[in-house]
This record gives sequence, structure tokens and C-alpha cells, in this order.
Amino acid sequence: MVHLTINGTRVQATEGEMLLTVIRRMGIDIPALCHHEAVEPFGACRLCLVEITKDSWNGWKGYVTSCLYPVENDLIVNTHADKVIEARKTLIDLQLARCPNSPEIQQLAAQFGINRTSYEPKVDGDNCILCGLCTRICDQMGFAAISTVERGHGRRIAPPLDQPPPDCVGCLACALNCPTHVIPFTQAGDRRTIWEKDFELITCSRCGRKTITREFATALSKMRGIPESYFELCDACHREDTAQGMGRIAAWSRREEKAS
Amino acid sequence: MAITRIASPKALDKLRTECQKEQQKHPRKLMVCCGPGCLANGAAEIVSEFKAQLKKKRIKGFDVEAMKETGCHGFCEQGPLVVVEPQGTFYTRVKKKDVERIVEETLRNNKIVDNLLYTHPIEKKTYRDYREIPFYKHQKRIALRNLGHINQCDVRDYIATGGYQALAKALTTLSPTEVIEQVKTSGLRGRGGGGFSTGRKWESCARLAERPHYVICNGDEGDPGAFMDRAIMEGDPHSVLEGMAICAYAVDSSEGYIYVREEYPLAVQFLQEAIREAEAYGLLGDNILGTDFSFHIKISRGGGAFVCGESSALMRSVAGEVGEPRAKYIRSVQKGLFDKPTVLNNVESFANIPVIIERGGKWYARIGTEKSTGTKAFSLVGKVVNSGLIEVPMGTTLRQIVFDIGGGIRDNRPFKAVQTGGPSGGCLPESKLDLSVDFDTLTKAGSMMGSGGMIVMDEGTCVVDVAKYFLKFLVEESCGKCTPCREGLYQLYLLAVKISEGLATESDLGKMEQLSAVIIDASLCGLGKSGPNPFLSTIQYFRDEYLAHIRDKRCPAGVCKALITYEVDAQACDGCMACIRACAVNAITGKKGEVHVIDQAKCNKCGACFAVCNRHAIKVA
Repeated sequence: MVHLTINGTRVQATEGEMLLTVIRRMGIDIPALCHHEAVEPFGACRLCLVEITKDSWNGWKGYVTSCLYPVENDLIVNTHADKVIEARKTLIDLQLARCPNSPEIQQLAAQFGINRTSYEPKVDGDNCILCGLCTRICDQMGFAAISTVERGHGRRIAPPLDQPPPDCVGCLACALNCPTHVIPFTQAGDRRTIWEKDFELITCSRCGRKTITREFATALSKMRGIPESYFELCDACHREDTAQGMGRIAAWSRREEKAS
Repeated sequence: MAITRIASPKALDKLRTECQKEQQKHPRKLMVCCGPGCLANGAAEIVSEFKAQLKKKRIKGFDVEAMKETGCHGFCEQGPLVVVEPQGTFYTRVKKKDVERIVEETLRNNKIVDNLLYTHPIEKKTYRDYREIPFYKHQKRIALRNLGHINQCDVRDYIATGGYQALAKALTTLSPTEVIEQVKTSGLRGRGGGGFSTGRKWESCARLAERPHYVICNGDEGDPGAFMDRAIMEGDPHSVLEGMAICAYAVDSSEGYIYVREEYPLAVQFLQEAIREAEAYGLLGDNILGTDFSFHIKISRGGGAFVCGESSALMRSVAGEVGEPRAKYIRSVQKGLFDKPTVLNNVESFANIPVIIERGGKWYARIGTEKSTGTKAFSLVGKVVNSGLIEVPMGTTLRQIVFDIGGGIRDNRPFKAVQTGGPSGGCLPESKLDLSVDFDTLTKAGSMMGSGGMIVMDEGTCVVDVAKYFLKFLVEESCGKCTPCREGLYQLYLLAVKISEGLATESDLGKMEQLSAVIIDASLCGLGKSGPNPFLSTIQYFRDEYLAHIRDKRCPAGVCKALITYEVDAQACDGCMACIRACAVNAITGKKGEVHVIDQAKCNKCGACFAVCNRHAIKVA
């Protein structure tokens, strides 16, 4: 167990935990745009910046991103120090300059009293804040179909060579986890299009619902060793089968009880 | 010549004697500098001409083997350079047509070709021995010890000068702990700019139980105008390999990488050749010098991203991932390449190691200042008379470097600033010229040591323009991962542009200072954290110049195009029409022999008229 102080309160944490996890557990609200429980912390948006010090540091204070900083004994953390608030405000202001038309960023900026960016707004902005969640989640899923390309201010998210990505299975994990909802996809009938790649959706052989894409099913069956035929039924029908099975087991055990 | 593996340190001694004897066959040697600067000026042509002439003329006691193609000799300003050793006869700006004369007069008749010698531009004194030239006299060369004196990648040349003796000494007489102790005693601090104690870095790696340990050499020199590491990798690759092998022995590593940028094709080629040769001689690879220590080095070629010089980005790049930094709350010594303990040192740091081991840490610690020991290589460039590659003891003042070694400012113009530490370093004004060049003093003054780029500026340089240039460089070279560096530096750059166009207000300066503070606190890696330095160090020392742009809409140095006009000085103009011909937009009118006039409405301020007028009749207002 690790003992530390956050905003004046002594708290316990497990070794290896990151500061942000403990801070959120305490119910303290600090913004974090690139953080997601499912993937490794990244430290790109820098909004979860906190001030840290220790009694033994002779007054020296450090500024670290809490999503990446592991808990340490005797650490004294201030999540709302003046300098931290000012930095967060500037960072939001910069994000707003990048994505002046993003409702999510506008809303966050408003919480900091910013209605218009004080910097030069990007005119052809696409509302992507470059948090990298889409690429990291895609990596985590095991596909790595998209990545960041270029560097510096020209950095953007793209499939290889800006062509429909060969490794994309159309699972939508990128689009659904995008905090500013900028990855477009369309779905109609049994077709789905994302990253300009067209996919066929499997139709449940029993109820006719559309389930996942054929490519996703093939990939999952390969990666997890599940027979491909499993994906011919939708989740709801699988649940129904499971429930019926459970029912049969229950009825059987009742009969056994009676017999004994 | 058949190569036999050197099976023991004794065999190395024997080979050394043999190599020295080979050298003595030629009492005089001809060194043709093939450093980056001289090559750019045609050194390759001179080498082939010498070969042809030597073959043709058949000079007694002097054949093609007595000619060496060396690494950078240092005095790039005067290149291509040809040096006759041991006399030190120093021929400058040698052209193909001079080769025959050098062969005939100097090599055959032992005479000096006077008009090829170096003449001091101010004192007008001609020097017969290069060691007397002020540019060389004030230097002390340790890391650059072999540059200009040995064949670029000839292991036998290196062995003849005592190469690999330090490795033999370490392997046979010192324990790994003793090696680390020597490096710690030497006080050597990382020459890549970080300035972290090399010995302590090795010690923390050696102590970690996890295996394997890796040794990486950072050859991703990316500062504009810097070429120290390039010169070492191209001119003396074995010193780097030997330094790395000693490090590997000290930290118990058997695998090392040299990360070199693809833009240095010669460095890659020579390092590869050097590795191959060293392996053939048993100086690298399995069972080095017959001991049970093995160490393999691979070359990892980078795409030339500036950010890949940052340790965590470099290691990701070596591992084949995107070169982006990660937060270093866990140091790379603990969790480096492939998440294993890793020692990462710069080229120049490694090049110093063999000397430290051979002569002892105490000897090295006596050079330089108390907290910054030893020497430091710099590439001295910009508006200085003698640009080139230099190495001086730490504690040398900026004034000594710029004026004694550098020979002062070109065309006798007043000195304005010297920029140290690369793009994220800073500009120091005349009042700071007497500062001692060491890690702590430069940082305290708002600049930094960096890897050793030193750019001298005269009064024709506008600091706003300089800040703008370096900010643009950093905006383009930022990896773009974190918001403050990617967006913050970009906005800082836009504000600098606004100032240079005369559109900024004084409140913009305050905004820039506030934004800079946030970028420093909030950025993920060192590139972002030092990113605002080009602005901060110039505003610290040249606030008046910024204010002239803002308040008076005037660029005192006459650089910022939006704020200057070109005018004809009627007194000086003789109506030669040169400027009229040079003007691409036909903005200048006038007849031959009459004073010309520039139409300000048409002028696009390209400066062509200013450049062609040899009567200095075009004035910048």
C-alpha cells in the first residue's frame, strides 16, 4: 500500500496505480481527453496535469500528467493549484484554436470561462484533437489498421498511404471511442463503410438482425480460436440459447432433487 | 592482407608495433581532409588528382600509401585542406590545379608553396605550421584527437595511434566497477546536451539485475549547423566503437546499437566498415581480444527526425516503432530499449571514454572546470571569420571562442549575439561574452550547452527573425504528440510572425511569455520543454529590438521584409543600371548615368538591388 496526500486528504493507493485513477476514485473532477481505461496511458492532451511535491523536496514543485505518474509514498498532490489551472486553461484554449467548431471542446472550454479562443483559430479544422485514442484502441484490438502520420503541427490520423486500410475489419472501435466524434462511418442494410472501406454485415441466421462484419468475425475466430460458425447468430440469439440451456439444467436438477 | 584475429592484449601490442612500423616507412605524410566541409568543396577531386600525380611523378620515399584521406581537420572555412605532416605545412583552399605544384615543390623539392599557406586576414601574417595558427593554438583536442591525422576508417591507423589499448586495459586489468569508478572520477557529463554524469548513468544500469542490458550511441545529431558528431563518426569511427565496448564491459551488455540519421550516408558507411573490420580483428563481436567478453554492435538508421535525438523517442525508433517520446517518470536507464535497462550516450561522450580509461579519470578531471570537466567540441558557424570544428577545455569563455579561435566577426562588423545549444538553446549578447562555457553557466544565462552548435550573429541579424526561424524549425520537428508543444509552439510562431510583420501589440509579448511558461510546464519531453527558448532568450536580452518592431514598426537590423524599404542614396548612385537589371519586378527606373529611383508600390523587397550594388548606394530604411 502506498500513502499519499491529495488536495489535503491522506489516501491509500495500490502500488503501480496511476495518480489519475486515485484522483478520480476520490471523486475529484479533472479533465482528461486522451485517457481511456481500455488502453495504456498516453499523456498527449496534458489536461490531467497536477502539481506534486514532497516534504523532502525543499519546496521544489513538479508538474506531471497524473495519467502517467505512478503513486509514490509521501507524495503531496494538488490537482487545482493556480499554476495547474492556468496551464489547463491555456491547453483548452489551444485545443479550441485547433478545433473551433467541436461542440465537445467548446463545452469544455466554457467550463473554463473561454467562449472564443484567444489564439489564431484553424480555418480548415476537422475537430480531431489528436488524442490518439482511435489508433491506440485499434492497436489494442490487434489490428493496427490506422496510425498517426506526419509530425508537428501537420500530424493527423490516417490509414496507410491514405488508402482504404487493408487491416481494418470495420469493428468501429475507433469511431465509437472518438471523444470529438470525427471519424465518419455509414451503415445501411447489410453494408457498413468506414475509412472508405466497404464491409458486409453478417445477418443472424435465426432472427435476421445485422451483427458484426464478416472480416471482424474471421479475425475474431482466428485470434480467439472461436469457430466461425459461432458468428452466424447474433448476440441476442446466443443469449437466448444460453438462457434456454440454463433453463434445461435447472429443470433437470429439480427432477434429480425430486427423485432423491 | 590476410587478417588474423587478435587473440590477446599482447597480440594487440604486437600489432600496434607492426602498424607503427608501417607508418614509419613514410617519414612524411600527406593528409587530405575529407570532412563534410572539404568534401563539399571538392576534396574528392583533389584526392584522385593526388593519386594520379603521385603515380605519374614517382617521388622517392613517397607513394600513394603516404597519402591519407582524413576526417575533418577542423578549419572548414579554409577548405579544402591539405596538410603535410610532421612539418604541419598547411595548404588552404586547395584546387585541383594546385595539386601538381604541391607534389613537385613540396613533396619532391621540400619547398613550401607560399601562396597556398594560411594568411591571417587581419594580422596579414602567414603561417608555415598550422599548430601556430590562432584557430588551432587555443584548442585542446580529446574527442577529436584523431580527426585529420588518421585515415577515416582504417583500423590499423587507429591501432598505430594507440587505439583499442584502453579496451585491452579495461578487459584485462580493471573490473567493471573499476571502469565505472574511472568514468565517475573523470566527471564526464553527457555531451549530447543533457549533461548528466556518464559514470552515474553507467552505475545505475550496471546495478540493475534485469537482463539483457543494452548500450546505445546517439548519433542523431539534428541541430541546424552542428556537425561535431558527424565529423567523429566519419573521421574516427573506431573511437566510438571502442568507447561503446568499454561501456558494454562496464554495464555487462553484449548488444549495442548506433543510431545514425539517414542524412549521414558517409557516417553510416564508415561505421559499417569500421564494425566489420573491428569484428575481423577480434576487437568486437565474440570473445573480444581472446577474453570471454562479447559485444556486438548494430547500426540503426533513423529517418532524420529531430525528436528522435530524445532518448525515449530514439529507443522507440530503434525498436521499429514511431519515434515519439514517452513520459520519463521511469528513466530510460531502467526501462529503455525493449523496456530493458539501457545506457544511451552521445557520440562525443563515447569518443572521450578510451582516453579517460587510458590516462585515468583524475587526469581528465583536471581539464575544464570543477563541475564541467574535460573538453567540448563545437561547430563554430555563422558570421564568424573562422568557421569550423573546434574543441576547447570547458571554462573557455565565449569571447575566446568567438574572437581568439573564431577570429571575430566577418567584415569587422559589430558582434551581436552567439546562439548556443541548437534550436532550443538561446542567444547570448555581448554582455555575456565573458561567461565561461560550461553546462551550468550557460543554463543559468538562459541558454544551454546543447550538443555543441554555436552560431555567431552580427548586427545584420534580427533577433525576431532568429526566434521565428528556430520556432518554425521546432514546429516542424515536434512529433506532434502532446498539445502544448504541437499547438503551443505553433501559436508562438504565429505571434513571432505577427511581430515581424509589424502587426503585434505589446500585449502580444505578454501573451507569448505566458504561453511559453505553460509550454515549459506542460510539455511531455525535452523538445517541448525547451521549445520556447528561442523566444525567451531573445526577449530576455533584446527586448528593445522586439519593441522597435511593435511600437515603431521598424526592424533595426533591416531584415524583416514587411518593415523595411529599399531606397537609392542619390549621393552614392552613379547610374550604372545594375540594380535595374537585377530587379525582377521592374520597380527601379532611371537612365544610364542618372540617379535611379525605386517605386515603393512595385518593390517586393527581394533585396536583389541591395546585393548587386557595389557602390553601396541602395540603403535599407
